[in-house]
Formats: sequence, structure tokens, C-alpha cells
Amino acid sequence: MTVEASTREAYGRTLIELGKQNKDIIVLDADLSLSTMTHFFAQEFPERFFDCGLEEQNMIGIAAGLAASGKTVFATSFAVFASCRCFDQLRMCISQPKLNVKMVATHGGISVGEDGTSHHAIEDLSLYCSLPSFTVIVPADAIETTEAVKAAAATYGPFYIRLSRPKTPLIYRKGHHFTVGKSITMKQGKDITIIAMGIMVAKALEAAKMLADQGIGCRVINMHTLNPLDEEAIIKAASETKAIVVAEEHLAHGGLGSRVAQIVAREKPVPMSFVNLKDRYSLSGKPGELLQRAGLTAEGIEEAVKQVIQKK
Amino acid sequence: MSNNIKVASQDTRGTNVFDFSVPELTEMTKKLRRHIITMISTAGSGHPGGSLSAVDIITALYFKIMHHDPHNPRWKDRDRFILSKGHAAPALYAVLAESGYFPVEELTTLRKLDSRLQGHTDRNLTPGVEMSAGSLGQGLSFGIGIALAAKLDHHDYQTYVLLSDGECEEGQTWEAALSAAHFKLDNLNAIIDRNQLQLSGWTQNIMDIEPLNKKWQAFGWHTIEIDGHNFDQILTAFEEAKATKGRPTVIIAHTTKGKGVSFMENNVEFHGKAPTLEEAKRALKELE
Repeated sequence: MTVEASTREAYGRTLIELGKQNKDIIVLDADLSLSTMTHFFAQEFPERFFDCGLEEQNMIGIAAGLAASGKTVFATSFAVFASCRCFDQLRMCISQPKLNVKMVATHGGISVGEDGTSHHAIEDLSLYCSLPSFTVIVPADAIETTEAVKAAAATYGPFYIRLSRPKTPLIYRKGHHFTVGKSITMKQGKDITIIAMGIMVAKALEAAKMLADQGIGCRVINMHTLNPLDEEAIIKAASETKAIVVAEEHLAHGGLGSRVAQIVAREKPVPMSFVNLKDRYSLSGKPGELLQRAGLTAEGIEEAVKQVIQKK
Repeated sequence: MSNNIKVASQDTRGTNVFDFSVPELTEMTKKLRRHIITMISTAGSGHPGGSLSAVDIITALYFKIMHHDPHNPRWKDRDRFILSKGHAAPALYAVLAESGYFPVEELTTLRKLDSRLQGHTDRNLTPGVEMSAGSLGQGLSFGIGIALAAKLDHHDYQTYVLLSDGECEEGQTWEAALSAAHFKLDNLNAIIDRNQLQLSGWTQNIMDIEPLNKKWQAFGWHTIEIDGHNFDQILTAFEEAKATKGRPTVIIAHTTKGKGVSFMENNVEFHGKAPTLEEAKRALKELE
């Protein structure tokens, strides 16, 4: 049976741990701390937590000012508001001056569910990856979230970490070794490579299992860091397996698929296919239903693998 | 550093500050205005109008009010000056050069390839520049972050943010106004360069921001209105701002766009246009 855990709760708990170690860690939120789980930190360190109210643009400026004064700032909201709502502020106040602000956003993707299109952050990775200074990470589970948040705190510079609303399957155990910018090969295979991030990693592993039963050997890579991208692993996968499927909970353009394709096109062109939200908004509905409708499932990946493998 | 700079004795934070008299400040701004004209005309582009309206306020801060150290631009106890209206960068660069942050000769590299003096401010390139600005309405939020850090660290430095009146049309300015009062940031001081002109015309016609004083008061700020070219009034206002406890202060400084150059004064054309060489010559003559 699959064990599930909440990435946002992992974030909230990790913040407490970091707050104990470093008195210069400051946390900002925009009236969502009960949902984003920054309220754990707020309870433990009330003097180092600032609720900026419904002022996301102002929050980014405040975060930048604190960072310019030597603080390590975690600023949190839902992924839609932490990207689209304050993009110019991210660009001007954090990315261009390369300040030490960690944007950690919960409620990424369509797995937000019933709140519907307005709350589905499916453009965020494209936006953040377009900002040159940002390290962009989408952890694959709650354990990787903890490691990513710790790594962000320990590394100077702007970070974006995208988390989910629902609990997601645990694919790692405690002690999981995580390095920013270094992808993790979850499973070896010689026929094709599936590159995935976030909730799609578990689905890629499931697809690989189904495909193995049909005699197709899949390499599965958890590309948790979108920027900087692990180019070496991509080139190796293209050279050795000669076909690639990229799976992500994001629109077709500007996310992981686009970024991997750019490397493959430049270094080692091979047939590729993409499992993503294409160019479409989703709907209200249960997370599972929405993912099913959009084809962001193990079966969706399986189908993409079968199609692209014929082009080899 | 220029020879005529008078340096005061040690202040409470244990370092020297500039301590200019009003006549010295007045003399200095003449020189700074000449720098602004020369810089922008040499660059062939830039924003003279808003630089000339703001330069007296910036001069008062750097040569009288603020505790800062040109030889240690990131000194942790320094007072902070945030130029939110990033297009007035020439005024700030001129002040920074004259106070010793970098050589005065460097001023004419403004806007040139590989210059440390970018068209709009860049905190990583120019010594003494606190904020990278240029997209309007963001400086007050940045100032709040700095003022909060001062409170957290029990530092008694002051944070000064200079906004244009046009920036009072940006929604984020009012988000920041709301939250600075909410956080009771009495170590945060905003100055509005109320020159009444923005790129396309009079603020009153483009987007009326009046009654400005009442708006800031309603947002919980202590407000002061002054003539932004009168040093006695400027200095008194900064003293009053510093003495105000429990809430932030905004100084609405009534200024003249293009101040000091007759054909630039109240002339919207010079919001973002460099003077020609002939115009620059005339301007410099007026500023002798």
C-alpha cells in the first residue's frame, strides 16, 4: 500500500527546525499560513514571522529588504499568487539583485482540485525558470521537500520551491540524499527514459513497472531541479536510451518539457514526447479526477512511451 | 573625496558623518545640478526633470542627516536611503560621488556600456546604492523590509525612501503604506517628491492623487508638508520625522520638476529627455 504524506506539512515542520538553528531566518506569509503551514513557525517564533496580509507584491519587496539586511527570508503563498501575482516584484527585487529570498509555494498544479482554474498554478514554473537568478525545485515527495527546504536555507540566493495541496505518495525514506541541480535516477532502463518532477515521479515509476511487464525497460529520472538543469543526466539519457518522455504537472510551454527538449535538441536529438497540461486550463473537481482527465497518470505516461518508442 | 567636505565629530554610532551648514548644502546642490546636466547630456538620454526636483532632498540626507560611511558602503549601522524613483539615479550618483563613494570623474560614464552607473540603480554594481529600482512603486516595500530588520536586530538606524508623486498611483505603494503603519515602523521615513509632473503631463490630469496628505494620514502615517527646495524646512522635517514614535512619517515635499534650470522647470518635455549640447551649455551657465 502506498504511504502518503503532505509536502506542505513537511515544509512547515522543517521551518521550525531551521528557525531553531538560525536566528536570521524570517518567514513571511500572505494570510494563508493555516494552509501553507507556516503557522507552525509563527507559533514557535512569533517575532520572526510577519503576516503581510493580502499584499503579495508588498510581501516580495519586504522580503527583499529583509534579505538586503542579512536575513534569510522564506516567503510563502499559494503557487498562483506567489508567481503570477507578483512577477515584476520577483524580477526587480529578488532576481535582478540576486537576494537571499526563498519563495516556497504550496498548492501547485491542478491537483489543487475543487478551487478550480483560478487556483491552479500551471504557469508558475515557466515564469520562475525565466528569471535567471532563481533556483527552481519541485520535490517529488514530503521527504524530498524537507531536504530541498534545508538546501535552500543553506545556499545563498533566490529559490522557488513548488509544493502540493494534497498528500502525495512517499517515494523516499528518511536519510534521502538530495543535491540541488543533481537529478536522481530512480530506476535504470535501456529502452527509453522518463524524466519527471513532483507528483509525476511516482506515476512515472508506476508506468515503468507496467511497461516492464510488457518488455520495455524504462529509465526513470526525478528531475527535481528545473533550474539549473542537470544537463549531463539528460544527455546521458538521450545517448543511452535514445528516446525520452517528460512528465510534468504544468502547461506545455516553458516548464520541464521545454527545458529538457532544448538540451536534447542542442546536444543529442532523439524522439521525445510530453505528458503535461498542453495548452489548456483545467476545471473544478477532485484532484484525482482532474489528473485523470488531463492524462497525468501512469497510463498517460505508458501511452506516451509506447508512441515515442516507435519513432526510435 | 572633495576637499571642502566638513566632517563632524563622532556620532552615537561611532563614526563620522557629514555635517554641512545650509549655505554649504546650497553650494553643494549647485555643483550636483551641474553634474546631473553634464551626466545626462553626455549620456544622451536620462531623466533630468525628476533628478533636479529630488536633488536637494538627497543632498540634505547625505550631507547632513544620515549616518553613513563612503568608505564602508555596507556598514551595518548606516542609515539607509532607498531611491524608489529609480529614474532619478543621476541625482543619487552625483551625491554618492561627491560624498566619496566613487570618483567624481566616473559620473560621465552614466549609461555607457560596462559603466557601474546604470540607467536605473543597481545595488550590486554601484557602491552606496541600496536598491535596484526602475519599475515604480516598489521602494517603500523594500524600505519596510529594512526597517523591520532594524527592529529585529535592535539597530537604531533610520530608513529613508524617496518616492515620486507618480508612484502614488501604483497600488503597491498603498499596500506598503498600509503595512508600514500596521507594523508601527517609526524608523521608516518616506519622502514624496511632489513635483506634480509625470511622463505624460500633470499628475492632476493623468491620475489625480489628491488629497495626498489626507490619504497618508488615513493610512496611519504622520505627515509633514514642506517646500522641498528649502533646506531649513527639509532639515526641520527630518528632525521631526526622527522624533516621531509609534508610526511612520511621510514628508510631502513640494518641488519643481527641472528645478534650477529655467527652461526645464515645470517642463514635462524634460521628464525623460536629455538636453542637447547647446541646452546643456545654457543650463550649466544658469547653474554657475
